[in-house]
Amino acid sequence: MSVFVWIETFEGKASPTSWEALGAKSTLANGLGTDVTALIFGENAEALAQEAAKYGANKVIVSTDATLKDWRVEAYAALLTKLVQDHKPQVVIAVGTSRARELLASSAADTDSAMLTEAVELSVDGSRVKVVRPVYAGKILSDAAADTANGTVFLTIRGRAFKPNAINEGASAEVTQVDAVATEDSLNTKVEAFEASTGTVNLTDAAIIVSGGRGMANNPKDPPDGVADPAVWKAQDGYANVLQPLCDVLGAALGASRAAVDAGYIPYAHQVGQTGKTVSPDLYIACGISGAIQHLAGMRTSKVIVAINKDAEAPIFKMANYGIVGDLYKVVPALTAELKKRLGK
Amino acid sequence: MHVVVFTRSTPDTAAKVEVDGSGAVIWGNAATVVNPWDEYALEEAIVQAKNGGGKATVIALGGEMHNDALKHSLAMGLDEAIRIDDPELDPTDSLAYATAAAAAVNKIGDVDLVIFGKESVDVGTDQHTYMLARKLGWTMLSYVSKILEVDYAAKTIKVEKMYEQGKQVVTSKLPAVISVMKEINEPRYPSFIGIRKAGKATIPVWSLADLGASLPDKKVDVLAFNNPPTKDVVVEMIEGEPEEQAAKLVDKLLEEKVL
Repeated sequence: MSVFVWIETFEGKASPTSWEALGAKSTLANGLGTDVTALIFGENAEALAQEAAKYGANKVIVSTDATLKDWRVEAYAALLTKLVQDHKPQVVIAVGTSRARELLASSAADTDSAMLTEAVELSVDGSRVKVVRPVYAGKILSDAAADTANGTVFLTIRGRAFKPNAINEGASAEVTQVDAVATEDSLNTKVEAFEASTGTVNLTDAAIIVSGGRGMANNPKDPPDGVADPAVWKAQDGYANVLQPLCDVLGAALGASRAAVDAGYIPYAHQVGQTGKTVSPDLYIACGISGAIQHLAGMRTSKVIVAINKDAEAPIFKMANYGIVGDLYKVVPALTAELKKRLGK
Repeated sequence: MHVVVFTRSTPDTAAKVEVDGSGAVIWGNAATVVNPWDEYALEEAIVQAKNGGGKATVIALGGEMHNDALKHSLAMGLDEAIRIDDPELDPTDSLAYATAAAAAVNKIGDVDLVIFGKESVDVGTDQHTYMLARKLGWTMLSYVSKILEVDYAAKTIKVEKMYEQGKQVVTSKLPAVISVMKEINEPRYPSFIGIRKAGKATIPVWSLADLGASLPDKKVDVLAFNNPPTKDVVVEMIEGEPEEQAAKLVDKLLEEKVL
């Protein structure tokens, strides 16, 4: 009996949040009285196995087959499904990134198993695993449960909702190398090319997010002659030259409201809210964002919220811990300068 | 050649969704809309069916509220709409959804491509899309941002697909299930004639018996819905000139230990 934890990797490194799954498993493994097996597939998996031990894995199953080098769900799921059928773990857990959700759902379907997703709280009651998960982009919380007595329960946890274990440098784990299940000839897909994301910090991994909304268009700078849409130019200049420097000094990710994305100020990848990313950073700084309900739903679980807005009546102030009524184009540069001084950067 | 796209009706994202005294999820008088992600899937289904010289069918699983999404789809230009509804079927149970949906795709036959929006905006899940691909035994191509080439005769497809760390260019055999992102297209608005036609359409309802599907045991219990704890914060307004405000705010953030 065991709890399986899938450690997501990219180019031979563990993804930043993936050790959180080993942290969350402690609740589970203690509750269910089992040990913990980390699963690491792909490039460099053997070296990562020792890192997994330091984060709390008792055992590690690795597979470094060439079919697992590029991310292809059919190759990964074939192996995970086989391991689940052979070992019958009580729980398979991973941090709910897009790859993890796809992989775990695929194996859950293969084995007709329960799947609980996006857990922000986790508990064990006898053989039952209970979770709390946000639905309607966090406007509502849903309590759900599945019984490990009825078979393996697949579980994804929300990134940043659980803390990784403290590192135990002396720990080691028993490592088993397994073969892949799919062969290259049996796979339907081929990865022809890969282009890494630009952008410095991923929104869902970020401890700090600085977001800009429609107010970004109030940039006092004049656009050069011949610019088709001055508001778009002003906003884009503001993101690049006012918010990005604040992000740089804080190591923060750059976010945006839907209104700003829809107006063409910034690409969709930055959108926070119900039709964008749901985020839960330690600090969320909202600049020139009024706080539409669908934006608030996507960032309400941030630990500390700062709102900077010209309009004292903006709904964002009802959600904020700290508020500044003022021009973001004056306040943000002052804040960046102050932080540089105080953080010694 | 046939393209199938799945959709559902969801409360408008601007709606105030909450749990009432009886534990039910309510959204007042707010309208339901097509799941916003599905608009891209519907558009792509119309385009792909046209390119492949075939037909595009839209399917929703669940009760009558989903007729709104199906009628919207017909008004956009989908050829046919089907609703799958059965007292035994809980479409929020992803395994049951995938099992019934797979039976429907098999019943239609001649399907080369199944298209989903990337997730349901209401219950926030995408697992039913991956589960359907496995139940059909087809390739899954998730988070597709661009279809580069499709050859319906040779049964191959080439797409750009995303995950957090970057963008892959992937070639695959058909049939396949794909889920699409906002970047893939610009969804059309329903035409006036389309709306009139859709208004008159009768949407057939298929039961599990019609599909010949038997569902796996329900493994997940949804115990309760709750409103999130109200955040008891009283906003602390920081006054002064920008430089003073910045200094005071940094003091507060250092105290909060979030820097």
